Amino acid sequence: MKNVILSCDPYNVIITGVGGQGNVMASRVVGNMLSRKNLNITIGETFGASQRGGSVMSHLRISAESSWSPQIPRGKCHLVISLEPTEAIRVLMNYGNPNVRILCNTRPVHAIGVISGEQRYPSMDELKSWIEELSEDCWFLEATEKALELGNPILGNIIMIGAAAGIGALPLDREGFETAISETLSGDKLALNLKAYDLGVSMVQ
Amino acid sequence: MSIISHGREGERHLVMGNEAIARGALEAGVSVAAGYPGTPSSEIIETLARVSKDQNLYVEWSVNEKVAMEVAAAASFAGLRSLCVMKQNGVNVGSDFLLHLALTGVRGGMVLIHCDDPGALSSANEGESRHFARMLELPLLEPGDFQEAKDMIKAAFELSEAIHNVVMVRSVTRLSHASGSVVFGELKPVEKKAFFKHSGLMLDPLEGPMASLPVPYRHGQQQEKLKQVIARFEESAFNTYSGPEAPELLLITSSACHLYSKEAISLLGAADRVGLLKLGTTWPLPPRLVEKYLGITDKILIIEEVIPFLEENVKILAAELAFKIGPKTFYGKREGDVPATNEMNPDLVAAAVSEILKIAYEAVPEAYTKRSQEVVLSGVPGRDMTFCAGCPHRASFWSIHNALQMDGREGFVCGDIGCYSLAVLPTGFSTLKTLHAMGSGVGLASGFGKLGQFGMNQPVLATVGDSTFFHAVLPALVNAIHHQSDITIVVLDNGGTAMTGFQPHPGLPVDAGGDEVPALDVAKICEAMGATVRISDSFDIEKTQQTIFELFEIKGLKVLVLKQMCALSPEKKTQKMFDVSVEENICLGQNCGCNQLCTRIFKCPGLNWDKDKRVSRIDEVICVGCGVCASICPSGAIQKKEVA
Repeated sequence: MKNVILSCDPYNVIITGVGGQGNVMASRVVGNMLSRKNLNITIGETFGASQRGGSVMSHLRISAESSWSPQIPRGKCHLVISLEPTEAIRVLMNYGNPNVRILCNTRPVHAIGVISGEQRYPSMDELKSWIEELSEDCWFLEATEKALELGNPILGNIIMIGAAAGIGALPLDREGFETAISETLSGDKLALNLKAYDLGVSMVQ
Repeated sequence: MSIISHGREGERHLVMGNEAIARGALEAGVSVAAGYPGTPSSEIIETLARVSKDQNLYVEWSVNEKVAMEVAAAASFAGLRSLCVMKQNGVNVGSDFLLHLALTGVRGGMVLIHCDDPGALSSANEGESRHFARMLELPLLEPGDFQEAKDMIKAAFELSEAIHNVVMVRSVTRLSHASGSVVFGELKPVEKKAFFKHSGLMLDPLEGPMASLPVPYRHGQQQEKLKQVIARFEESAFNTYSGPEAPELLLITSSACHLYSKEAISLLGAADRVGLLKLGTTWPLPPRLVEKYLGITDKILIIEEVIPFLEENVKILAAELAFKIGPKTFYGKREGDVPATNEMNPDLVAAAVSEILKIAYEAVPEAYTKRSQEVVLSGVPGRDMTFCAGCPHRASFWSIHNALQMDGREGFVCGDIGCYSLAVLPTGFSTLKTLHAMGSGVGLASGFGKLGQFGMNQPVLATVGDSTFFHAVLPALVNAIHHQSDITIVVLDNGGTAMTGFQPHPGLPVDAGGDEVPALDVAKICEAMGATVRISDSFDIEKTQQTIFELFEIKGLKVLVLKQMCALSPEKKTQKMFDVSVEENICLGQNCGCNQLCTRIFKCPGLNWDKDKRVSRIDEVICVGCGVCASICPSGAIQKKEVA
């Protein structure tokens, strides 16, 4: 197999969101797609208490050389894939840098402090301006809304994977996605996931 | 089809650390695996359970970790290789048996995998299990990456059979729950024949009875075995060194900290100045190896999680070797160069190295850090832990909390470990007032319930999960009933070991491998023990509250079993019970009860407060349709319609 050239080695990706949005599944799929390109993948994630409602993060280290720390060092993230806008900013505080690229789903998931009225959820304009300010490149996608149109909000994560492939930052392609997702899905579900993936690709082009 | 059992020798796969450990056990020809669910260890038993039929394994979720150790030891006594798996607390639970087992030794290889959770990412403590190895005088291995997580298991079994004793292998969350590329080894078919030889002489370790007597003799034998362990560890391929021949600074590390240290050296561009000694065999330490590497430098920084275990053991050797290696300067946790709480990461290692070697390092431009912090602090709301939308615990604690409020005697609830631990937070209306180990809520309640003699008249409750009930509650319950402690135990029966991923427990009619087994009935057990027992549905708020009041009036030990499946259970996950909606014309908003009762107090994540219309609304993406908010809404604005 031809060796893939990465723009940085290790190339660091954070997939973030709120528990229940399919964060872990997304990191596994992306990891499997890249692993098949003969790359060394290390994925660090936490789950357990934060199953739902808590902030969740997966750290992906992509390298032609070796395994890396399952925690990305401060300020060393190259690409953030965020399933929830405030989580993107939380990630930037620790792992962002002026050159980071961000794919952001715009659908808010309100924390209980917001639901109860103790805290204020920022407006979409504020969120966009902060994310633009703190990144080199950013894309805002209505992934959850599109997923609802497809029939299931959870497909938002697949749309975001499609978008990540669409911006061309990593050697992700449709064939690789189909192979990875076929391990767990078949029939109608597989077709729906492929549709979500294609939609994600088209949303950044 | 599982890659773990079907992946072939030489193939490289991206697997979770816990899956690598499971594959390692299969490659070693394990026959029996037993454990109790606990993050971050659970996927090891789950993975083995899934392949148990085609690999001819016996795999069980035991009632608790002590019994899991006993089940695994029985297989070993009968000549089979066995694996025992748990999180850090589990070793505490099983340590009484383990202390005796260390004296009798084992026959078939027996490996204890214990997964620690530095930083308590999914725990109520960050206790360390490495210290048991030193305390109980058992060998300890720690994988330093994903490949080793697999390879070390086979080596651990071989070592266990060479010394006829248990070998401990410690993982941590960042290995167990992280994934990496692993090259698989051979899966050889092994002959598995169980027979317990017991008719040999008393002192015959291989054919006599397995008993720790006479203790000083057995203890001496155990220590002799450790000398063999040291000899093997001196040659172990799991101890590696990378770096210059005479580094300015030597890092000594183990486990996930190996990956952090490697990263930190790379971040600082200090590969020509810093040496990295990664130890895979961390107790007992091999003295010749340590002597060799302490000899190449004068400055040593020890990087580990959480408290200074490796550091102290290295320093003992350094003191013994002082006449050969001369004085050394040590950096680590005892001097505060790295913190002795919470988990480590590449930045903490980089900070310590840059301080010692005076290397300037800035991870990100300061202005960027300042601005991003400003944005988060001023504009991004925090995300507190919360019960899931549709979680039965929210409904249960709503009922308990309201009953206690209405009772007015400042009653309280003692809790323990499970998702329901979150009831110590506002998501459970801050109802829990004590939170300790599994089953401790009932033990504490048993004690509180006897304080009436000293004037205490507060109602005392304890909440326990269904899996916890079997794990550690039964002895405390016996104690409370026998001593006529005046308390109410609420069993929050959500139909599985929910927090760790819905593993079965003795109250369910299915086992780890999916086979049918007899289920033990919590209510019947409590009745047979002499408790007053009531059963209610967590989602039936009215009946549950009435039942709690009724139980407050009854003397002695009362048990209320609240049944409702976990919202994440496979049975519930895909289907809504109700379509829930808010009738905007009826919603009283801020004029309701105590001002937005549903969003301000009940605050299920499936609800939202519409600031513009000043009414509540349902978040269609988050709501799972449990319908409980409809029964707490005083004005009847929240309406539920059964899903056809």
